Amino acid sequence: MGIGGTVSAGTLYDKVWDLHRVAELPGGSTQLFIGLHLIHEVTSPQAFAALKELGLGVRHPERTVATVDHIVPTTSQARPFADPLAEEMLATLERNCAEHGITLHALGSGRQGIVHVIAPELGLSQPGMTIACGDSHTSTHGAFGAIAFGIGTSQVRDVLASQSLAMNKLKVRRILVEGTLQPGVFAKDLILHVIRSLGVKGGVGFAYEFAGSCIESLSMEERMTLCNMAIEGGARCGYVNPDATTFAYIKGRPFAPEGAAWDRAVTWWSALASGPDARFDDEVRFEAATIPPTITWGITPGQGIGVDEAVPTPEQMPAEERPIAEEAYHYMGLAPGAPILGLPVDVCFIGSCTNGRLSDLRAAAAVALGRHVAPGIKAFVVPGSEQVAALAEAEGLDTLFEKAGFEWREPGCSMCLAMNPDRLEGRQISASSSNRNFKGRQGSASGRTLLMSPAMVAAAAVTGQVSDVRELLESHPVAGSASAEPRPVAISPSPLP
Amino acid sequence: MSASPFPFGPIPEVAGRIVVVAGDDIDTDRIIPARFLKCVTFEGLAEGAFADDRLELAGSHPFDRPEHQGATILVVNRNFGCGSSREHAPQALMRWGIRAVVGESFAEIFFGNCLALGIPCLSADHATILALQQQALADPAACFLLDLASAEIRGQAPAAGLEPAQRWDLSMAAGPQQMLLSGQWNATGQLLSHEEELQRTAARLPYLATFALG
Ligand code: SF4
Repeated sequence: MGIGGTVSAGTLYDKVWDLHRVAELPGGSTQLFIGLHLIHEVTSPQAFAALKELGLGVRHPERTVATVDHIVPTTSQARPFADPLAEEMLATLERNCAEHGITLHALGSGRQGIVHVIAPELGLSQPGMTIACGDSHTSTHGAFGAIAFGIGTSQVRDVLASQSLAMNKLKVRRILVEGTLQPGVFAKDLILHVIRSLGVKGGVGFAYEFAGSCIESLSMEERMTLCNMAIEGGARCGYVNPDATTFAYIKGRPFAPEGAAWDRAVTWWSALASGPDARFDDEVRFEAATIPPTITWGITPGQGIGVDEAVPTPEQMPAEERPIAEEAYHYMGLAPGAPILGLPVDVCFIGSCTNGRLSDLRAAAAVALGRHVAPGIKAFVVPGSEQVAALAEAEGLDTLFEKAGFEWREPGCSMCLAMNPDRLEGRQISASSSNRNFKGRQGSASGRTLLMSPAMVAAAAVTGQVSDVRELLESHPVAGSASAEPRPVAISPSPLP
Repeated sequence: MSASPFPFGPIPEVAGRIVVVAGDDIDTDRIIPARFLKCVTFEGLAEGAFADDRLELAGSHPFDRPEHQGATILVVNRNFGCGSSREHAPQALMRWGIRAVVGESFAEIFFGNCLALGIPCLSADHATILALQQQALADPAACFLLDLASAEIRGQAPAAGLEPAQRWDLSMAAGPQQMLLSGQWNATGQLLSHEEELQRTAARLPYLATFALG
């Protein structure tokens, strides 16, 4: 290659693994170098405390990037926060970053947002990197052809101290998706369909390589949605081989290589894709055209059905899935065999690291345009980052949503996990563009969540019930114009320390 | 609540009573609901363990039942600890008193988080787990010894209805098993001992050298 980083054969996973291998550890795991470490306020404070106890510093502060996302309020972000615990968490992060020379993309910097939204849009997430973050949806960055995975707090401590981790190599399953998604069917539906088919445990021990003509035609934002939820299928990481779409997305972003370095980077990135000699431990295949808008009816992301299907009956599922299905019928208050279409909802949430990017907001806006949120429904839109918010506002999406009766909020994780004031109350049902429908996930111990695409959430908001977005789009010729990849807006320059 | 100290050094065995939390796919949101994540230390997480399930069951959750107070071995079913990567989940279990988990299978991140705290997670097939759960439920006062080297759990006499010789085979991957047995489950020291190799790896990564960040 001439630029170091000689690339071996096999899958992208194999190649990236080999390049980052530091040493074999007693006990059989491998010490893996971590190229980019993302941190946030929830899983880092205990790691910094442990580091201090051990008398250690941060080995590569310049490879560590922080933001605040989980606990930030989305109404007023004025400091100090009304919630003293949230304020303490942010203050602790600020102190730790200052002390160790770590860049913190703070509130109001123009760069703050959900960690898995900002790293890609800043050009930090790049092909061939290993990326770790104390957050399971780190798999998102696999969209760039990176090996990206979530870690626990002890591992955050290890990465801070050594820029490396003890890891075990995964097997690789290739998920081939061929053809084209129908209108009204999005990457979110595709991944819900994959998880429904392979199960929430199907990916345990695997990395998922998403490939095939459908995947190749997806935008980067769609690929991020897909990889984001690999973890919900049990796969610790998911990835897409880097291609021209990847390079076009990265080019010109604040942390992207420039000039001659750009050309070297593209050469190296291109060589990383799984080659014809790649051997996969498993392979499954899906036809994109057969996938309907998909929605969860239960309490795991694998309990999904096509929007026009009925809640499955115990007889329709394998015996081992019946106990959790029984639990889901009871918790959700849904009867086996009942249609999901027409189920009334209370709250509609558009946002999260799965679906809080510009293309997601555009898809929802296309449904909301010229319509109004149904009476009694609370609907709100939380952009994934300050940059997403700025781009959306520049094209008038905020006013479009507000005119349609949606609230337009400040960026953050919000009701994806309800660590901030946004939460369900009692047994409310939410139509949510987020990634988890676990019991109590959205802030009420008895609250209920239906996962779906942002367009489907908008459809639920304007009808007050679970609806098939395809019907709304058909009767709505204005929609469907925005497909171009969003470009970065000018963000206030805040150079690295 | 258990008075056993937090894990330290080599972990050849875990002794004590069993508490059963049955059900597949118990995710970390259920092990510890997100509202308990608002903290900058892990102290005080014990009360968050299964908090919503405990609320719902109003005192009859296994973690609230008087006969299970002080239990050290948690026996679960399939895919335990799936979902969020929060280490608060094993931390909450550990601070409640759990020192080992036995189940049909574990989510990967959860397993790793437990390992990093010195909490062994051992697996067994469905029938074995069921038998063990029934045994423990029939006699909550029974004491067991989880032997890590032989990967088995044995009944410990004297306990009503439990043959001292009764044992159940468990399994654990050799790597983590060795790490726990040798006391090398705390990875930081090992990772830091490869200074030269770390530098060599960094030097061959083009994105650190030839096209570094911004
Ligand atoms: S949006 Fe939800 S899933 Fe994503 S990082 Fe935030 S809390 Fe986690």
